[in-house]
Amino acid sequence: MYKSMVQFQLKAGADWMVKRLSVIDSNRCTGCQSCMFACSRRFGSGGLANAAIHVRSVGGVEHGFVVIVCRACASAPCAKVCPVDALSVRAGGGVRLEASRCIGCGLCAKSCPYGAILWNEEENKPIICVYCGYCANYCPHDVIALEEMEAKMS
Amino acid sequence: MIEKDPLKNILYLDLTRKRFWIDERRDLFEEYLGGVGAASKLLIEECRQGADPLSPENVIVFAVGPLNGLFPLASKTVSCFKSPLTGNYGESHAGGRSSIAIRLAGYGAIVIKGASDYPVYVSIHGKNVNFRDASALWGVRSSTTVGRVLRNAEAGAGIRTIMRIGGAGENLVSYASVNTETYRHFGRLGLGAVFGSKKLKAIVISGKTTVPVSDKRLYREVYDKIYNAAAKSPVMKKYHDLGTASNINPLNAISALPTKNLKESHLDSAERISGEYLAERYLGRRTACAHCPIACIHLAALREPYANEPYFYKTTMTSYDYELLYSLGSLLGVVDTDAVLKLINEAETWGLDAMMVGAVLSWMTEAFEKGIINEDQTIGLRLKWGGYDEYAKAIRYIVTQPNDFYKKAAKGLESLTEQYGGSDFALTYGGNGMPGYHTGPAAHLTYITGARHSHLDSAGYNIDQEGLKKGLPSVKELATSLYLEEAWRQILSSLVVCFFSRGLYTPQLVSEALEVAGSSLSEEDLNRLGKKILGNKNHFKEREGFNMLAAKFPRRIFDLPTPHGMLDERQLEEAVVLYHSLLEST
Repeated sequence: MYKSMVQFQLKAGADWMVKRLSVIDSNRCTGCQSCMFACSRRFGSGGLANAAIHVRSVGGVEHGFVVIVCRACASAPCAKVCPVDALSVRAGGGVRLEASRCIGCGLCAKSCPYGAILWNEEENKPIICVYCGYCANYCPHDVIALEEMEAKMS
Repeated sequence: MIEKDPLKNILYLDLTRKRFWIDERRDLFEEYLGGVGAASKLLIEECRQGADPLSPENVIVFAVGPLNGLFPLASKTVSCFKSPLTGNYGESHAGGRSSIAIRLAGYGAIVIKGASDYPVYVSIHGKNVNFRDASALWGVRSSTTVGRVLRNAEAGAGIRTIMRIGGAGENLVSYASVNTETYRHFGRLGLGAVFGSKKLKAIVISGKTTVPVSDKRLYREVYDKIYNAAAKSPVMKKYHDLGTASNINPLNAISALPTKNLKESHLDSAERISGEYLAERYLGRRTACAHCPIACIHLAALREPYANEPYFYKTTMTSYDYELLYSLGSLLGVVDTDAVLKLINEAETWGLDAMMVGAVLSWMTEAFEKGIINEDQTIGLRLKWGGYDEYAKAIRYIVTQPNDFYKKAAKGLESLTEQYGGSDFALTYGGNGMPGYHTGPAAHLTYITGARHSHLDSAGYNIDQEGLKKGLPSVKELATSLYLEEAWRQILSSLVVCFFSRGLYTPQLVSEALEVAGSSLSEEDLNRLGKKILGNKNHFKEREGFNMLAAKFPRRIFDLPTPHGMLDERQLEEAVVLYHSLLEST
């Protein structure tokens, strides 16, 4: 059974707010990658092993940058393809990872058309955005922001 | 140093035998931090005395330091090698993504030895190292194109560095650069030629390891202190607003902007190559090195029509900085903004040190003016101040070297003046082209005493400019403060932080940041280490034949006043002796 079916357990017509990370204007991105380092630093270490956000050039820095974030899909392909139900859809959109269930097959990462599921190579597990917005605090140019999203049944 | 920190790993590449291995050198990184401290020591260990810089015996070392991958503005990589331009110590720094890529691939340094007998590039993704045949890439003259090709051939988009050479490196021009991320350079002292001599077209590096810290809470505290200071501090504002190009107008205003081979120090239309003018009319994008929130890289968008087809344009993005606007602008009397950008782009594409190219072209122009050389040598080029077309062709000839004159030009100014004379107006210090500050005695002392003959070695131009407000220090004080500044900068470039952040990374902040990386060093320890590293570098320089006391100032600098008046040669020499004795005393 698809995990995204979880949303049907909610009461019809219920309204509530959830948070997700949003790319406000990727043209303002300078490629400094402070967001990536911030994300990895949440776990208390340096480097990029745990970054759930990725910034790369469009194809040469002169053309600007692509900022890849989890867009918190209501019907998330990554959760649909997980063979061991390690990913569950959050009420209102987005997914949660139960790392102890994950076998590191990588199907979730392959299923995301944005490439927004990055990989922790040291642990062989996906890195799943938790929509905390820590990265946005370190964006010097307001490229990304934590956004309140209305979650509705309809 | 934290036990599991991968900084201690040195990746060795033997291009002759296409072999690689990893050595653990905890001792080296504990003694020297990393960066220039570690790289210069490795160069001394690995490069035989008297080795020909363009032979397989030369060694290339890239090194990063404990703060790379941990803190913002720690975004630089140091390379050390024997310089084909000066014949002694070679050291060049670059940003882009190079330092993050090396650090997070799990290395503190990469040592490249030997030479391949066919073109290769090396692909390093973490512990996965491959020598790849680059025969199909050899002969691609544009370093930009090499980057485009490898971008598609290799993994690691967003976290990799692609260091490569263009035609100048292949043709062993003594001041060829290694370019990375299109717009950043190991620019000075000829690393590109050393790559070329080893048939090494490029190196691609990526990785994303964890960098461990000693204390998680302290890490976040120190991080926030640095990040907030960087994002909000007025000392960084200059770099992100107009960039270093903001220097053109103020230096021109005090008549310290070397113009037309330093026959003049003021340029009437310098406004048109100023940071303000470029930012208002040309600035197309600002970008950053990895893990630097400042974004000082300024890219000018130049739209040019094709002459033979209406409504058909190309738009070229060119990275500009003060030194390039000086060397290919004011120094050559070029004030046409489009022309300066096109010349910068020529140097970028071929993979040449734009500063040295400027010094060579400006000497050639004056030599042509004086009749020392003529069209026989220049192959018909009537070199003149501001003459863009001739300069663009001359740059091509320097790379392709169709006659003996251009062969000499490709070796540098010493080689030209030995054959043709004109050394009085050759703007060279220890073989390296003069940087763009005729601000006073301190700037010129930096050029001659600095281990790289770079303005960034001890920033004398800064002392000169401050001296305009409060007067210059005595000769003894001047020598001492330049020495202490150069010694301190060895610490910054061992960490490795960008020199633009020197106002933020005070000794106290460096101590705190190092504590996070598991090293406990007091301000006093740091100062002692800085002097030791500087001593090591000069030991190599002297071992390879450099004698600071015999080094010559270009005669030209005594011909026209600085903002502090005419330079006093005797005072300068006295300061060099003092500087040398300070070096010897450590």
